[in-house]
Amino acid sequence: MTGFSLDPELSRARRIRSRMHLSRSALNLGLGAVGVLWLVPTISLAVFSLRPEGLFDVSGWWHVLTAPTQLTLHNYSALFSQGFAAGGLLDSTLTSLVITLPATLLVTALASLAAYSLVFGNWRGRDVAFLVTVGLIVVPLQVALIPVLELYRSFGSLTGYNPFGTFAGVIIFHVGFGLPFGIFLMRNFYTGIPRDLVEAARIEGAREWTLFRRVVVPLGLPAAAALAVFQFIWVWNDLLVALIFLGGNPHQTLTLFLFDQTRSLAADYWIISTGAMVSIVVPLGVFFAFQRHFVRGLLAGAVK
Amino acid sequence: MTAATPEITRFGGLHRAPGRRRRNLASLAFLAPAAIWLLVVVVYPCFATIRYSFYDESASRFVGLANYKAVFSTDAILVAFRNNIIWVLVFPFLVTVIGLMLAVLSERIRWGTAFKTIIVMPVVFSATASALVWRTIFDLNPHVGVVNALEQTASDFVRPPGPYPVDANLGQSLAGLASTGVRPDGHGSLVSISTVNAGHTVELGLIGVSPQTLALLGARTARAPTAAPGVIDGLVWRDFSPSHPGARGRVYPDEDGLADLQVSLLRTGGSAVATTTTRPDGQFKFANIGPGSFRVQIDAQNFTSSFGGTFWLGSSSVTPTSGLSQTAQALLSVPLIDIAMIVAYLWMWAGFAMVIIAAGLSSLNREVLEAARIDGASEWQVLKRVTTPMLAPVLAVVFVTMVINVLKVFDIILNMAPGSSQAAASTLAFSMYTHGFEGGIHSGLASAIAVILFASVVPAMAWNLKRIRGQM
Repeated sequence: MTGFSLDPELSRARRIRSRMHLSRSALNLGLGAVGVLWLVPTISLAVFSLRPEGLFDVSGWWHVLTAPTQLTLHNYSALFSQGFAAGGLLDSTLTSLVITLPATLLVTALASLAAYSLVFGNWRGRDVAFLVTVGLIVVPLQVALIPVLELYRSFGSLTGYNPFGTFAGVIIFHVGFGLPFGIFLMRNFYTGIPRDLVEAARIEGAREWTLFRRVVVPLGLPAAAALAVFQFIWVWNDLLVALIFLGGNPHQTLTLFLFDQTRSLAADYWIISTGAMVSIVVPLGVFFAFQRHFVRGLLAGAVK
Repeated sequence: MTAATPEITRFGGLHRAPGRRRRNLASLAFLAPAAIWLLVVVVYPCFATIRYSFYDESASRFVGLANYKAVFSTDAILVAFRNNIIWVLVFPFLVTVIGLMLAVLSERIRWGTAFKTIIVMPVVFSATASALVWRTIFDLNPHVGVVNALEQTASDFVRPPGPYPVDANLGQSLAGLASTGVRPDGHGSLVSISTVNAGHTVELGLIGVSPQTLALLGARTARAPTAAPGVIDGLVWRDFSPSHPGARGRVYPDEDGLADLQVSLLRTGGSAVATTTTRPDGQFKFANIGPGSFRVQIDAQNFTSSFGGTFWLGSSSVTPTSGLSQTAQALLSVPLIDIAMIVAYLWMWAGFAMVIIAAGLSSLNREVLEAARIDGASEWQVLKRVTTPMLAPVLAVVFVTMVINVLKVFDIILNMAPGSSQAAASTLAFSMYTHGFEGGIHSGLASAIAVILFASVVPAMAWNLKRIRGQM
């Protein structure tokens, strides 16, 4: 050893480098294993939805690794061929969309307006109003279920229109519980818009509405996109609100569709897995299309 | 811009006052829809729920604190408290640690972005879909559940099942198997009751063996052994004749031998002299055994039951609770379903923790970390003594967010726990739902639970407010 190392520092560096090389491949291997492990549940769900129903509890889904010919689209075609019959998979997908889109748009629009007022308005108590909103972010929605049902009932006996059991009833509730976070996110973004810009436009005589539409909204688009993506996924994935407020409606959301399937006596996993795949494909698509916005929403949303 | 500058001087103060009022009105009008919505759907209901919690099941009669007393004296709701405590104690800590590990490690690989994408994906899945996936992963049936399939493979490797498994879970026992000439030895084997010498025969009858098992093993009709000098001849047979269903102890022509059984010859002291396996007709033979009395033992491994599976979705407790009172059991047991659900929830939320922590990590001062490395600190030391303390504020945010999250755990219980273990898996949010909307509806009790749930997030809310006010 002593005879060889003309430069002990050099050989030490080499030793460290080879150790790092070894630990690097161990790291790649370890994280590769974690990644595969993380994919297993999703893959298993996909395989369940792509195998004939008779195989479900007689041979493990992992057998497709050696018998890939088992895979078939039959489950999908069977469910899709039911068309838009109320309570079916396609109808439930549509219902989820019909509830999620308005709830998302309303939250994004109303939160942007409110945030504009909180940031660029000149009224007193803006900070207090904002803090109250922040406080509301964590309110468990369980707190509001019974009173809002009561409100709907009173509204029904007053006007003849009871929002209970309607899409509107679900949307109203979702918007209420989406707003605190939405206002928080938009307000935080708007505070980064230079005030001078707004003041200058005001001096030039721009009306508040014009200012909001032409100046603040375009600048705030990244935040609005983050909020919309976040809210979309939130509402799309909700089970509890739909479970309570959509009671009795023949149309149900995808999560309700899945829940009902597990409750039915003949719990058919081929229906459940196929429905679950449809239910995760949509948010997954939104996630991949707007990944950056979603991550921004997550970062801002580390409070909910 | 420049063109507008003179206008300021021209109109100066004149139009300012009415303009400002109009502007303030306009900006309040911007706030109004959200404010009204929040007041009606969120703020008013908070107060209404507090009011309902002091009223009876149909919100018509004031009952004071009765609902709160009921909450703390109903075992089923105490179970919910216990589960909330388990979730809060275990989950936020674990998910933060895992998120930190994944964030730190994924920084050092080339495919870090792809890795992070894989881990984050479940965050966008509904808890309903995720719960339904994990329900299959933990399924008792090893043809459905990966976990039980792996457990079975490992168990069969360590302790291969015998040809005649005796499964206590199915109510089977060794004593129930012994019919003629044998009895259990108390250590999992069957031993002949009488002793036998060379030149004699021994007939051992068992019952409770299914014809399917025998067919599978290729068993044939039993034949009574014949004595030969210097040899012990024996038979193990199925001591049940369809033509003589009540008769025991005789070998009938419609009875089969028990094939493939491992039998040993024991000296009276108990030590095994020889071991052999029965033929398809149930006969066995021990030759060259010398003088003395022996017993024949049907070895324990014949009866090793195959792995029965772990009922991960069940309510059996990890902690020993037998002999405790009902209330103590409610408070102290840790059902397996909780563990299964927490594992599933880690899968769902680790990506969230990782993304937040990775963002914090990327804004850290790299020089400090490099300096520590150059000073000879190992990676572990750097993580423990430098990175983690510097990340403390971010870790706290993740932790608190997850505390709030698990206090409201609901969907996963409804969809992952089978009906038989939902009561054991219940949390406050779940209990609020069952008391408020399922079966016997009790708005007072449900409201009291909701108020307690609300109160439990208040510390987290206060922490958030303090943090955000500090940033304003």
